[in-house]
Amino acid sequence: MSVATLAFYLFAAGVLTGGFFTVLSRNPVHSVLFLILAFFSASGLFVLLGAEFIAMLLLIVYVGAVAVLFLFVVMMLDVDFAELKGSMAQFLPIGLAIAVVLLMVLGVAFGDWHISEGAEAARAAATPEGVENTAALGLLLYDQYFMIFQLAGLILLVAMIGAIVLTLRHRDGVKRQDVLQQMWRDPKDAMELKDVKPGQGL
Amino acid sequence: MAEFFTNTYLGIFLLIVGQCLLIIVPLLVALAFLLYFDRKVWAAVHMRRGPNVVGVFGLMQSFADFIKYAVKEIVVPAGADKFVFFLAPLVSFVLAMVAWAVIPFNDGWVLADINVAILYIFAFSSLEVYGVIMGGWASNSKYPFLGSLRSAAQMISYEVSLGLIIIGLVISTGSLNLSDIVNAQKGDYGIFNWYWIPHFPMLFLFLISAMAETNRPPFDLPEAESELVAGYQVEYSSTPFLLFMIGEYVAIVLMCALTSLFFLGGWLSPIPGLPDGIMWMFGKMFLIFFIFSMVKVIVPRYRYDQLMRIGWKVFLPLSLFWVVFVAFAAKFDWFWGTFARWAVGG
Repeated sequence: MSVATLAFYLFAAGVLTGGFFTVLSRNPVHSVLFLILAFFSASGLFVLLGAEFIAMLLLIVYVGAVAVLFLFVVMMLDVDFAELKGSMAQFLPIGLAIAVVLLMVLGVAFGDWHISEGAEAARAAATPEGVENTAALGLLLYDQYFMIFQLAGLILLVAMIGAIVLTLRHRDGVKRQDVLQQMWRDPKDAMELKDVKPGQGL
Repeated sequence: MAEFFTNTYLGIFLLIVGQCLLIIVPLLVALAFLLYFDRKVWAAVHMRRGPNVVGVFGLMQSFADFIKYAVKEIVVPAGADKFVFFLAPLVSFVLAMVAWAVIPFNDGWVLADINVAILYIFAFSSLEVYGVIMGGWASNSKYPFLGSLRSAAQMISYEVSLGLIIIGLVISTGSLNLSDIVNAQKGDYGIFNWYWIPHFPMLFLFLISAMAETNRPPFDLPEAESELVAGYQVEYSSTPFLLFMIGEYVAIVLMCALTSLFFLGGWLSPIPGLPDGIMWMFGKMFLIFFIFSMVKVIVPRYRYDQLMRIGWKVFLPLSLFWVVFVAFAAKFDWFWGTFARWAVGG
């Protein structure tokens, strides 16, 4: 068994255990930690495939930012686990039905899975001679699919603005700090120095 | 003999382990003296003597501290999540160490010369936040929890500006490889060829963001002795605490190495005639560590809202603007091509 195969099984086992325990853990914080293990192992699989840029992006975006926010939210949740487990039995049939339907859909989709004849050549052509992986990806995104890439960015921007607009509230009567105003404030306007004679007061 | 190390699995494995040790052991020994140096600088500014009892001039102080930490009792708070509690210091120590794999110390002196080195470092420094969050949460206590919440927000905020600053450098170099970034700064004028001149404002932004990212004073809000006792470390004692502390300092030294590679030409000699070499790299790292120490003593701690304001409202727009500016300058060859190094040497 070569080292790459060994590493593949290691990372694959990591993804599976991570995913499995994400669902099974009783403590939501443990769930998120296992989710992170799954992400981490998945990025290892990407490295094995030779897609190191995507692997690092997965680490930075999902593990470094998204999962931190998950953890952030989950840690501050105050969930009554006994109650949750009680209602689990109630929703179990529906959940199982959804799972079966999903499994069947996946079976239909992947059961007749063929690798087309040109696929191997197309995959090899993604990285032209003498251009490294990351640069090739950049060329593809910013030359060939420039408009689509920009459109995707625009959609994200719209979503971002939407989220801000939905949560932004202007309240009256709130005292706010204006940092610039504070910095430009002159000591002369703010205080007055008086020479107090001993025993006399002001 | 050479074939054993290049052809057999065991040989390659032993070779890599040896290389790892070659980085880790000197790093940890150097760290002991850097800790001592940090305390000495701190003491000198306070007009104290600092550590001066153990060994000559107190040089052995860090080793004495090490023994002291290692032999103390490990206390686990009641109600702590034991597994996560002990996982947290390990995570912060290991992740801080792992990032060193891609740092080049001299031309070709690098354990893993990968093409996405910058992203690798960035990925692992963004993972370091987990050590703090897990430690704070697993302690099952209020101060550590507050500290970990603060650190989560703080580290994510400053990663954004760190990333944007690095993107500017990557645009200038045309590569994500650290050795390429240093080699792109090579030129006939020594110190004036380095990136600190074209990317000058970003050097300061990078240093400040690095301090915030590594929870270094004046941005040590997750620890904040005066308000949170010691933040996420309160419940830790003995070796787990030591691991947290070493992890933190290793991350700081890593930031020193990165600043030296990104802006100060790494192993390149500042004076054109002198030979390049590893001593320049170490000298620059030491200089930046000195700056970090001085900032720690001189600047008072930020308030939390001020920290967030600087991160999101000052650094983020500035570094974003800088990326756009560098992109234009590199594309249209402004400033005599100082921004477009891929055409010249990189």
